[in-house]
Amino acid sequence: MNDRYLGLVNTQIGSALASRVGLPRPAVLRRYQAGAPLLAGPVLLGSISGTAPPALAGLLAGAGADTRTTDAGDVAWAGLVLDATEVSAPDQLAGARTFLAGPLRRLMPCGRVLVLARPADGTDVTVDASRQALDGIVRSLAKELQRGATANLLLIEQGASLESGVRFFLSGKSAYIDGQSLRLGAGPAPPPTDWNRPLAGKTALVTGAARGIGAAIAGVLARDGARVVLADLPQAGEALVKVANRIGATTLHLDVAAPDAPERLLTYLAAHTDGLDVLIHNAGITRDKLLVNMAAEQWDSVLAVNLISQLRINAALLGGEQLRAQARVVCLSSTTGLAGNRGQTNYGATKAGVIGLVRSAAREFTAHADSTINAVAPGFIDTEMTARMPMATREVARRLSSLQQAGLPVDVAEAVGWLSSSGAGGVNGQVLRVCGQNLVGA
Amino acid sequence: MSVRRAAVIGGNRIPFARSNGPYARASNQDMLTATIDGLVARFGLQDERLGEVVVGAVLKHSRDFNLTREAVLGSKLSPDTPAYDVQQACGTGLETVIVVANKIALGQLESGVAGGVDTTSDAPIAIHEDLRAVLLEARRATSIGGRLKALSGVRPRQLVPAVPSNSEPRTGMSMGEHQAVTTLEWGISRAAQDELAVASHHNLAAAYERGFFDDLVTPFLGLTRDQNLRPDSSLDKLAELTTVFGRGESATMTAGNSTPLSDGAATVLLASDEWAAEHRLPVLAHVVDAETSAVDYVHGDRKADGLLMAPVYALPRLLARNKLSLGDFDCYEIHEAFASTVLATLAAWADGAFCRQHLGLTGALGSIERTKLNVNGSSLAAGHPFAATGGRIVAGLAKQLCQNGGGRGLISICAAGGQGVAAILEA
Repeated sequence: MNDRYLGLVNTQIGSALASRVGLPRPAVLRRYQAGAPLLAGPVLLGSISGTAPPALAGLLAGAGADTRTTDAGDVAWAGLVLDATEVSAPDQLAGARTFLAGPLRRLMPCGRVLVLARPADGTDVTVDASRQALDGIVRSLAKELQRGATANLLLIEQGASLESGVRFFLSGKSAYIDGQSLRLGAGPAPPPTDWNRPLAGKTALVTGAARGIGAAIAGVLARDGARVVLADLPQAGEALVKVANRIGATTLHLDVAAPDAPERLLTYLAAHTDGLDVLIHNAGITRDKLLVNMAAEQWDSVLAVNLISQLRINAALLGGEQLRAQARVVCLSSTTGLAGNRGQTNYGATKAGVIGLVRSAAREFTAHADSTINAVAPGFIDTEMTARMPMATREVARRLSSLQQAGLPVDVAEAVGWLSSSGAGGVNGQVLRVCGQNLVGA
Repeated sequence: MSVRRAAVIGGNRIPFARSNGPYARASNQDMLTATIDGLVARFGLQDERLGEVVVGAVLKHSRDFNLTREAVLGSKLSPDTPAYDVQQACGTGLETVIVVANKIALGQLESGVAGGVDTTSDAPIAIHEDLRAVLLEARRATSIGGRLKALSGVRPRQLVPAVPSNSEPRTGMSMGEHQAVTTLEWGISRAAQDELAVASHHNLAAAYERGFFDDLVTPFLGLTRDQNLRPDSSLDKLAELTTVFGRGESATMTAGNSTPLSDGAATVLLASDEWAAEHRLPVLAHVVDAETSAVDYVHGDRKADGLLMAPVYALPRLLARNKLSLGDFDCYEIHEAFASTVLATLAAWADGAFCRQHLGLTGALGSIERTKLNVNGSSLAAGHPFAATGGRIVAGLAKQLCQNGGGRGLISICAAGGQGVAAILEA
């Protein structure tokens, strides 16, 4: 579904008009393209105390970024990276203003502001208050940024590997992630041999892969080098074949809600693969009704497909032989699971349930040879499903985020792809929102 | 030179549609290309160069002289994959499996696809034979005068097109009429035929319900299951139908216990065990042996040489060569051209006098346990796009044998022209 308004507002006349009458001016987002540099221009690196940390400078330089540590005053910045890990008292927070205020005026379209901090850990009230304050800074700043620029916060535990996360949040892969904070833990996060094919040699399975977000996820995983198995209902087989033959994947007709689905999945993996490295629980359905009008079948089918299937398949994989070491599981949640949505008590139950699932299962997956499980919560994404919404409702919904536009399936897919990579091993039991800082659900 | 057994890796078919149904506007090439693409997707064969693709169609347009190769070029297989067409009426599909399996057995191929496709909707309508003669004569003329003279032979009646029918050129009788004779000669009752038809529908429906076809069928043009399938078929419902073949009181064959005209395509992936292992693809079963046969249905005995009785003769030869008896199989797939075809075939094998006189045996070939017959349904329920039936049966039987944890399966398919094709699979 084309966003006509976004196209119009990015013409010369449209831009002038929108500016004059105060209409939203969404930008065409910078999205990842294989071989393109990490950032479209130089990145300014600083810290809360003033001196740029050398390790971070080395990391950025290693990623091919034109890294600078002083603001010459006339440079247009593609990225601003602030190391705020030293923050331990409220008066230090002024350092954030000192570092950001000047260069922010020269932030390029689709620029990146990335703040690195320590998570509040409950040991000292002043320290925790100061650390939490950074969350407010980043969320507010994300709402101030214009022209497709984003601001995000990485909460870094002791011993966490930064490289993969910093690259992801600076790159076009995080185009539609805005105003978010994500915790990086100390789990093993080996960098890939080839950053352009981070999933080379891995076997991945995507459920609900015949269309929309599932098909986009499959495409990104295949692009990143994975051998991808596409699962969907037998009835979706025709569309599934087209996706598989476009990206070079294999198809598996599987109803994830069927009683024997976990067993069939394990049997298939044993026969056709050397084990599973990446599992994406994407299959989902909606049966929207106000709770007072909802039939038992509408309730049960949504629960069965969106939540119960994930629980059962995870249990089977953890109890079986087919899940490999340092495996990655990503479950599709939704902003509905965080904020709720009228007419979606059943759907909201499953999408919130998925968040509970990943938080609770994280430890169990760590125990499975440092595997991880995370959730991605998409906001308003342009798909066949949203294309069926009434035009006015859709147009309003598209603008209700800091980026003033709907995301694309590929935006969700890039987040899933990153969480599926070895380098994201520090992220576990987390929920990553891909919503353009949607105004709904904090 | 050593000989090895070809492995059946799996198959893909599209749901079979009734004539002029959902596939009315799909050509053989459309259906075949989609079916090959589904096979490619299932087994991850994108851009793979396979040894050969061998497929056939019974009803074929003259422009489709290279049907299979054209379908390969339109598919996601490597364009470096050679392909050719084979045609043996309803035996086509199984014959292509035999051809590919034999080449693999001899080491000439490591991998190949066999199959068949047919449409009775998008049928090749030809011009009247007399008009064709006139037009060819005009083409041969060297002068304008000669051409005009030739064209003056055009008559209005010649403008009626020639529509293909399933009647036998040498007898002018349709296949159903031929089978009606056989049915009568062997005394096959209406009730027995209807019973077999109901079993076919119930078995096919049950197979769909338990997901048996999940890795054998890919939907096409919105059709997700065989259109002809009637899960609620019953003896009472079938008993209401009027007879369509045979005459008077003795007629027993109805639309319910005969296969409908259908559209569809089926493919089977065959390979050497080595190729399968290299591609991390499990083997379902192996092709053991095959035998073809034919009867003189034009001049022969009304009872012994019926048009669709040829498989009766193939089997004893096949069994003898493999030192097997009729009871040595776990599954029997006897193509249900008509319910009475299957029943007449079984009756012949169980008839001691017939087997002594016509098959050169010392007694009856034997009988089979009916619970092992067409366990996942057959053509009466699924439909029968002529050339596609062999591929449907081979892939399904191979999967069933594999699911059983091993065993031996027998396939018997009758074909127009008084022909029969039989094969043995083993898992």
